Amino acid sequence: MTARVPIWWGRALLLGVPLAFVTVFFIWPVGAILGRGFVVRGGVDLSPVGEVLTNAALRRVVGFTIWQAALSTVATLAVALPATAVLSRYRFRGRALLVAVLTMPFVLPTVVVATAFRALGVHGSIGAIVIAHTFFNVAVVVRIVGAAWRGLDSREEDAARVLGAGPVRTFVSVTLPALRPALAAAASIVFLFCFTSFGVILVLGGPRFATLETEIYRQTAQLLDLRTAAALSVVQLGAVVIALGVAGVMTGRNRGSHRLPTPGKIPARIGSRARVAAALAPAILLVATPLLSLVRSSLAHGGYGYSHLGTTPFGAAGSPADALATSLRIAAVATILAVGLGLALATAVTRPGRRNRVVRLAQSVVVLPLGVSAVTVGFGFLIVFDAPPLNLRTSWWIIPIAHALVALPFVVRGTVPILRAIDPRQREAAAILGARPWQVWREIDLRLIGRATAVAAGFAFAISLGEFGATLFIVRPETTTAPVAIFRFLSRPGATNVDQAMALSVILMGITGVVALIGERSANTRSASTARAG
Amino acid sequence: MRLRRPILVVAVLLTASACSSSGSTSGARTVTLVTHDSFAVSKPVLRAFTTATGWKVRILKSGDAGAALNQVILTKAAPLGDVMFGVDNTFLTRALDEDVFASFSARNLKEIPREFRLDSTRRATPIDFGDVCVNADRKWFADRRLPIPKTLRELTGSQYRDLLVVENPATSSTGLAFVAATVAEFDDGWLDYWDRLRANGVKVVDGWEEAYNGEFSGAAGSTGTRPLVVSYASSPPAEVFFADPQPETAPTEALDATCFRQVEFAGVLRGAAHPDGARALIDFMLSRRFQQDLPLTMFVVPVMPNTPLPPVFRKFATVPADPLTLTPERIGRDRRDWISQWTEHVLR
Repeated sequence: MTARVPIWWGRALLLGVPLAFVTVFFIWPVGAILGRGFVVRGGVDLSPVGEVLTNAALRRVVGFTIWQAALSTVATLAVALPATAVLSRYRFRGRALLVAVLTMPFVLPTVVVATAFRALGVHGSIGAIVIAHTFFNVAVVVRIVGAAWRGLDSREEDAARVLGAGPVRTFVSVTLPALRPALAAAASIVFLFCFTSFGVILVLGGPRFATLETEIYRQTAQLLDLRTAAALSVVQLGAVVIALGVAGVMTGRNRGSHRLPTPGKIPARIGSRARVAAALAPAILLVATPLLSLVRSSLAHGGYGYSHLGTTPFGAAGSPADALATSLRIAAVATILAVGLGLALATAVTRPGRRNRVVRLAQSVVVLPLGVSAVTVGFGFLIVFDAPPLNLRTSWWIIPIAHALVALPFVVRGTVPILRAIDPRQREAAAILGARPWQVWREIDLRLIGRATAVAAGFAFAISLGEFGATLFIVRPETTTAPVAIFRFLSRPGATNVDQAMALSVILMGITGVVALIGERSANTRSASTARAG
Repeated sequence: MRLRRPILVVAVLLTASACSSSGSTSGARTVTLVTHDSFAVSKPVLRAFTTATGWKVRILKSGDAGAALNQVILTKAAPLGDVMFGVDNTFLTRALDEDVFASFSARNLKEIPREFRLDSTRRATPIDFGDVCVNADRKWFADRRLPIPKTLRELTGSQYRDLLVVENPATSSTGLAFVAATVAEFDDGWLDYWDRLRANGVKVVDGWEEAYNGEFSGAAGSTGTRPLVVSYASSPPAEVFFADPQPETAPTEALDATCFRQVEFAGVLRGAAHPDGARALIDFMLSRRFQQDLPLTMFVVPVMPNTPLPPVFRKFATVPADPLTLTPERIGRDRRDWISQWTEHVLR
């Protein structure tokens, strides 16, 4: 038998590998591209930041960026929370299916969604931007908050009710505080997505709206004004750090009243059916209406798009089926990367014991990629990965790596609240009974976060399947992912191109739904068996 | 001691990824083509190049024409590949000023009409051209017995109110070309023209996809309501080619007098690892085999004279004899000002 591995070794590893990943594939490239903007003749010149902040037009852009993101976050929470409550507290037929449907928007390219929204008359206004952001992000809240909500100990609520508190009072003073960490996590991710959203602003908002993200794109990709782009990126990063700080404060130190999943405690009561339906209606209407309109338009011309999935259009690099295969391969690799690294980090930051700054910082750092423009990261890759040992800039691997960067925060933020809730005494008991640290982790932590992990994996997979911005701006060999293929079909005139694009979108949607469904199902059975064992 | 293990793991991780990347670049005689996302070539044509020259082609794509060029500029010190395809006349001076191309006289260069040879320093080789033109929905106009407008000036007429949709020149190269068309046509009066267009209800959207598939009534399956759109001279043949079954007449037409010419160039990247392969590839791009392939892969017109065009192009495409043009120098100098002035006049 080998000697025991000291605990700090394992911890350093768990923390070090994910942090190294983020440092190498995010901080370094972004730092390098910002450096190009700020370093002038060997000296650092930060004056562009001042110029941006004193320029009235750009200040308006900053203001609008924050405002639309905040508005979209509030709208998303308002629509998603009632649905989340029902989906995590009640068991009824079709529950898993509903979760799957609500996840589908996540993979749809904006160009495709825009067609559906336009057909419904939603475009060209701030309202359209907010509605579209809500459409895309309902899934974030349902998944992250839902995972935590299921874990709430309903006995506390029951106690409050017995003591005379009404349903509202119970929710405000018992449920809400317990959900705070997950709520903050979900809200900050939604905020970041809206803050850096690109396609929705341009396509559904229209050319009158400009955000930091669209300006950075213009300055970098069109004008190659790296100085202004770097200044804008720094302002963007600053806002992101502040937003994360606020979320951190909101999360607070609340860890006590969290219990582990006890699914299926509350069966749907007959009398509450109407309430269940009412809570679900806004989210379902918002998500299903555009989706159905997409399905309908994909059936045009006798389903030409579906019957020609294997057809490579003249001059194209491959058929829709080829693009799907590529996307699935990339998504599989990205998911493995994101879940492996994310679980390691989540475990490291939730282990009891020393809670130093590095640990707390680590959690925030992994969220940063959501707050930085895909163009900035893509251009950064080009200038840092240009020599051995990391001559990666034209490699296939760079795409799953970029996708994993985007998915990582979901895995971390989705599993940390659950891991935090594990009673340390359970681990101590296991340790006293002779379990090694990794055994403790396997037998206690891993079992208890099975559900959250399955959900996070499904989400990571969906993120990779639908990722478009970074994929387009990373220089890559002829690997056409499904969203890029859809974009290409739509960038040519002609009916068959539109048909193939629409059919591919619906199939992408379907795959995401099925993956989400499997995730939900397996999560249910896994945590159910855990509950039985415990 | 404390940190050795993580570093080791990171090192292993990085080495592993580095190895797998170098694996894909190995292999005898591969020339790397850097291009934008709309590049396309049919497989048999590419195979013909490999058979004839022994060079395999690795294609790297990224973003639109502007983004792809900027990435090439950014990586000047360590070039991404050997050849770049897809710099057009609106970006040509940026490529030349940044000196990303080595000089090279392609074998067929002299046969290319002078109007396309816009780089006297012989670094950028013209490969194809296309015209950005206002497209009209024939049926829409026929149904209302309204004549299809012919000139830019007519578009400001009250009978064409609220009918035109254009792209934002700040985010769309199509939109930029159309702004250039108005500069070429009206010179100093171009902003007045845009004021009149705005008063006449012109709609601006972000990109070509939105304008054409979303707003234009003539696109197949579109729910759009505007019968006039800024698109390409090759859009009418594409509407026919990508219909199943193909119709006898094109549902749309391009308005000759509104067309602005875009010329696309290729160049050998300075510091290329395989300059001979790069030169061979550009020579091939001017060969009949490749030139003939262009119309239906990228919906552009070959620069080599007497290249046979596919029937769908001969029948339905317009190649305006006297398109609007501006020198690359003029575009390079004024592009930025045009965009900001246009934004002030049309969007604010």
